[in-house]
Amino acid sequence: MRAIVTVIGKDQVGIIAAVCTLLSARNVNVLDISQTIVQEYFTMTMLVDLAQAAVPFATLREELAEAGKSRSLDIRIQREDIFDSMHRI
Amino acid sequence: MLNSKDILSTIRMIDQQHLDVRTITMGISLLDCCDPDPAAACRKIYDKIATSAQHLVRTGQDIETEFGIPIVNKRISVTPMALVAGASRTNDYLPFAQAMDRAAKAVGVNFIGGFSALVQKGMTEGDRKLIAAIPEALAATDVVCASVNVGSTKAGINMDAVRLMGGVIKDTAQRTADRGGFGCAKLVVFCNAVEDNPFMAGAFHGVGEAERVINVGVSGPGVVHHALQAVKGQSFDVLAETIKKTAFQVTRMGQLVAQEASARLGVPFGIVDLSLAPTPAVGDSVARILEEMGLEVCGTHGTTAALALLNDAVKKGGVMASSSVGGLSGAFIPVSEDEGMIAAAQSGSLTLDKLEAMTCVCSVGLDMIAVPGDTSAATISAILADEAAIGMVNTKTTAVRIIPAPGKQVGDTVEFGGLLGSAPVMPCHTGSAEDFVARGGRIPAPMHSLKN
Repeated sequence: MRAIVTVIGKDQVGIIAAVCTLLSARNVNVLDISQTIVQEYFTMTMLVDLAQAAVPFATLREELAEAGKSRSLDIRIQREDIFDSMHRI
Repeated sequence: MLNSKDILSTIRMIDQQHLDVRTITMGISLLDCCDPDPAAACRKIYDKIATSAQHLVRTGQDIETEFGIPIVNKRISVTPMALVAGASRTNDYLPFAQAMDRAAKAVGVNFIGGFSALVQKGMTEGDRKLIAAIPEALAATDVVCASVNVGSTKAGINMDAVRLMGGVIKDTAQRTADRGGFGCAKLVVFCNAVEDNPFMAGAFHGVGEAERVINVGVSGPGVVHHALQAVKGQSFDVLAETIKKTAFQVTRMGQLVAQEASARLGVPFGIVDLSLAPTPAVGDSVARILEEMGLEVCGTHGTTAALALLNDAVKKGGVMASSSVGGLSGAFIPVSEDEGMIAAAQSGSLTLDKLEAMTCVCSVGLDMIAVPGDTSAATISAILADEAAIGMVNTKTTAVRIIPAPGKQVGDTVEFGGLLGSAPVMPCHTGSAEDFVARGGRIPAPMHSLKN
């Protein structure tokens, strides 16, 4: 299963490192990353592969949200299909 | 990879514009639960619902987690109960409603629809008993919804049933007077009722349907409103295109959720209902969409035209996004459930007469409208007849969900809470329709040539 991780919040040192470390510890493979900063606001979208993930989806979702909270970032993970179906015919 | 702009636009729709799946509704046939012994029939009804829908709520929650899209309601619709209960040797249909109530609570859904009778042409003994049981059933149960289809384009309007329903609505309001007549919020009177509607209170599982089916109702007034803010002042062509594109995206999301729920539950996918269903939350209103089109307040001149455009564009956008569209599909205009409608009704701009005109061009009808508690049963029957006539002549579904709020006068507000919101009590005409309603019989079906 592929999913999209989005990180939104104020720019700070080590955001990508923190998210990637967490994902790597859960054996989640990062396939693609894109990030932009608009007026100090950091937004990152990552395409990840959960095929070999060590934890269930719901757990990973909570862990990411929790990791975001400590840095005042909004981190979420959603299955890729939802974006595909809404934006591609 | 997906464009991050697209990803963020979806996230904004969910976070800021109230995009959600309004309901996953499992339709369950109860035709095999008929039994001459009413207690045995009730047991079968309970067992079939509780078994069929045991994973429904959990599955909805799982999909919610994985896709990150809120699924507000999980619900059940069943075969019109008059058809099932009609086989039992009893005059008391309350236990059937109670069996539905218990089963719905056991599986954790928040509403179950189908305490219903289809009497557009005539009433069976079962239909009569069910209609008589509606007030008590709605007062004695918590999550059961009732509906009665009193007319159709092919059969005409059963005015005997219309007369009965005026009294049933009054009685239901009285029996739930301590909650503002809340029972009436769970009762819909239809013309041309559809068999696959996932929305409450009018959902039932039609006899032409499969054993079990998954129907999904999407929503998204907030998303449409937001999209229209970007095309201020532009022509109606641009307006219609913008609504279509937005409806397409919203429906694609609903289709995905419907397919996923259907696969996980092992229940065939039925339809996606394209309705724009508002909630009392600010930013989730159909009235505000109409105002965004350039009307100072919903209900003023131009409202009907604006709603016609909205309703049509929503359908056009949604149809291509789903493999199977059905239900009511259009814009809902429930007064108490729409922050903008409430404001317009309170200001006096939105009247019952204007709402009636609006129902000619949008889905459903006079929905969640509170009228003074002393409104007579005959007046309510006459309102039902007017609305049924609009549905019958225009070959569309119309419905009435009206609350004669006990002890309330024009200017008062009835609070229902939650998604049902609060209803400002609206004035009715005071001229009597007593003699008209007392006639009984049937208004013949309209002819379909010489259209003018």
